[in-house]
Amino acid sequence: MKAAFRPSRRGFLKASAATGGGLVIGFVLPAAGRLAEAAQPFSPSAYLRIAASGRVTVVCGLSEMGQGVLTAIPMLVAEELDADWTKVRVEQAPVDKAFANPMFGIQATGGSASVRGFWEPMRKAGAAAREMLVAAAAATWKAKPADCRTVKGIVLHKSGRRLSYARLVARASKQPVPADPKLKDPKHFVILGQDLKRLDTPPKVNGSAKFGLDVRLPGMLTAVLTRAPVLGGKALSFDDSKTRAVPGVKQVLRTPHGVAVLADGYWAAKKGRDVLEIKWDDGPHAGLSSDDISKRLTDATALPGKVGRDEGNLATATVPAKTLEAVYEAPYLAHACMEPMNCTAWVKPGEVEIWAGTQSQGPTQGILGQVASVDPGKVKVHTMYLGGGFGRRSAPDFTIDATILSKLSGRPVKLVYSREDDMRAYYYRPASVTRFSAGLDAGGKPLSLRARVASPSIMEGSGFMKLPPNGVDRFALEGVQDLPYDIPNLRVEYSQQEPGVQVWFWRSVGHSQNIFFSESFVDELAHAAGKDPFEFRRALLAKQPRYKGVLELAAEKAGWGTPPPAGLQRGIAVAQSFGSYVAEVVEASVADDGRVKVERVVAAVDCGMTVNPEIIRRQIESAIVYGLSAALYGRITFKDGKVEQGNFDSYPVLRINEMPRVEVHIVPSGEKPGGIGEPGLPALAPALTGAIFAATGKRIRRLPIDPDMLKKA
Amino acid sequence: MISLTINGKKKNLDLDPETPLLWVLRDELGLTGTKFGCGAQLCGACTVHLNGKPVRSCGTPLSQAAGHYVLTIEALHFTHVGKLVQKIWLENDVPQCGYCQSGQIMSATALLTQNKSPSDAEIDAAMSGNVCRCGTYNQIRAAIKDASAALGGRR
Repeated sequence: MKAAFRPSRRGFLKASAATGGGLVIGFVLPAAGRLAEAAQPFSPSAYLRIAASGRVTVVCGLSEMGQGVLTAIPMLVAEELDADWTKVRVEQAPVDKAFANPMFGIQATGGSASVRGFWEPMRKAGAAAREMLVAAAAATWKAKPADCRTVKGIVLHKSGRRLSYARLVARASKQPVPADPKLKDPKHFVILGQDLKRLDTPPKVNGSAKFGLDVRLPGMLTAVLTRAPVLGGKALSFDDSKTRAVPGVKQVLRTPHGVAVLADGYWAAKKGRDVLEIKWDDGPHAGLSSDDISKRLTDATALPGKVGRDEGNLATATVPAKTLEAVYEAPYLAHACMEPMNCTAWVKPGEVEIWAGTQSQGPTQGILGQVASVDPGKVKVHTMYLGGGFGRRSAPDFTIDATILSKLSGRPVKLVYSREDDMRAYYYRPASVTRFSAGLDAGGKPLSLRARVASPSIMEGSGFMKLPPNGVDRFALEGVQDLPYDIPNLRVEYSQQEPGVQVWFWRSVGHSQNIFFSESFVDELAHAAGKDPFEFRRALLAKQPRYKGVLELAAEKAGWGTPPPAGLQRGIAVAQSFGSYVAEVVEASVADDGRVKVERVVAAVDCGMTVNPEIIRRQIESAIVYGLSAALYGRITFKDGKVEQGNFDSYPVLRINEMPRVEVHIVPSGEKPGGIGEPGLPALAPALTGAIFAATGKRIRRLPIDPDMLKKA
Repeated sequence: MISLTINGKKKNLDLDPETPLLWVLRDELGLTGTKFGCGAQLCGACTVHLNGKPVRSCGTPLSQAAGHYVLTIEALHFTHVGKLVQKIWLENDVPQCGYCQSGQIMSATALLTQNKSPSDAEIDAAMSGNVCRCGTYNQIRAAIKDASAALGGRR
């Protein structure tokens, strides 16, 4: 990753000899740009270089935020190239249409879509290069390509002759690029499915990995920006006389989003900001409070909403023997990435250059082009390592404000959010309320289920999507709308409610709260039916083999049905998200004072064919920790329009002393790959609250879990 | 003028003595391996060694480090235990996003330097000030135990 600052390699035509006599393969992603840019001409770009030394460099347009993409993408290429893995390295790509994820047509990292989107294109890049190397060797030997094979960076002829890729690169680059290179049968994979070491670990253990915050440019100023404490507020006036007296402070600037102090370094900027006096007009949301939001969402679920799914007929369903109703609620959440948001921007005449840990290179180009009034193609994005992403780094606030500040100041500017700035900058996971009602027959089988969801719309808040004509935000309903259980009469409704809080994508998005809601309510149904929560689900998943498969595997590995260790109880939940199926069993205890401790989590995952099983296990574990932090502690609340949390004291997250043992079991599968960064999260909360119910008889219907509710009387 | 030794080199710094060591390292000296996470001694991302003891550099004013020895992740490999901890961190592929890992490694090294056979409770006590949002805690614990074994600690 040393080459993160290398100039962009644009405009390669199919194959060409790279500077230094290497082979470069560029190709057009089949569906790249199909959403927005269908009329644009294709623009091939370099994905892969093989140097005359034999070193293979894979150029990756995706952002590394811990999920292992800088290892997974090279593995896809290396497999089909039959590369010697020890000679493979990875380089961060510039922003370029050719790096658009075919799943969404833009260059961005999110939606657990990297391997899903690039599974075929990156393998084809490797396969095309391999065929060209074979053709070059065959031509050298005047032999048939069919009589050659490849292994670990070498072309072998059946006669025993051999040539290394290193020696073939010049000749191979003169070969035509195969239009449709042949891909391996997965049973012949030698790299995919292996627990290979990550390529990004070495710089992450010696402090040399460069994150956005580590960027330093000559003449750069460091900025802190004070935003309106209430969203939609405006600075009326400010007094910067004390600020300007702070040594190191260079400029104080009013921007559309607040007042910024620019200084030689962060500390001077912060000290200057501390003595800045700003008068605010709080605007229309000055009275915003969490209690009001909660009531508004809850009230909305008493009324019919826009229909997201409607099967059978709730009205004419057989009269149930038993009915249940329950209201569930989840709060706004901050992402709280370890690295606070930041961006370094340099606006020059006619061009913009930024250095940032961003999940959203493609859209950033367009947005910053507008902000700086330059052609989007003149916006260069240097993708740095991301100190956590979780969706937060796909938001545009930090890149926009850094660009504005560079433009206003005429200098390169590194905008740094303090932890409090970061936590109070909005872009929250939406708060949401869901009201369920269901009927069971005399045998305990569900006859009908209705879910009414009320929450803000991410689609509408995103600025780049629109609600479809039916008025249903798919992110607001995912995880409820796709309820997999065999229930003949089913209706899911959505009521869009906008209290004025900017909402955004948060790890696993709608599933993060909706699976908690739906799986908890299914647990309630199981208990109402007098059935075991695992057996109840299993019976209703007879037609859903992948759900059922992970459910059974997690139950088996956790010892479901056997007595749990002393003091512990178990809960179980299952979810599908981003094309992967995950079931989790949680073993937890509840102390007399209501404190919850999770001791063990057993997860089973079916994510189709695997790229790197160890990274999969780590990602599932990572999502479990993220979900557990949210279930136990996560909550952004408002009072008088202001966010009440600011740092890790008021917004606690899980620490090592609270960390459960985690076991992850992967279902062998030949299905195409599913996502892996997010799918481990959704099942955690309902499995945990299921265990709490088993321990206390109390049903948690609101997150985060309130220990007071669980106290022994 | 404040004098101190950073990574074995004597430094004379003409800075506001209140400046947190974190920003001296990062903004003045370009030692960006030490990370800013919270600015309030709540997350441990900024952990460095002051005379061999782990401190949160975001809450350590430069004046407090005057005349003392500061060690950061960039020079940790010059210590026997630090080099070993980094090697095991690498072998175990501990990091994910990696942002908190400098602090984790500095805290773990300080722990193992002082106690080569830490119990789970001692690991909790030494490491619970270091937050990891990627959730690498089990890998951190395992790496500390591997390092302990390599140092000849009792299991």
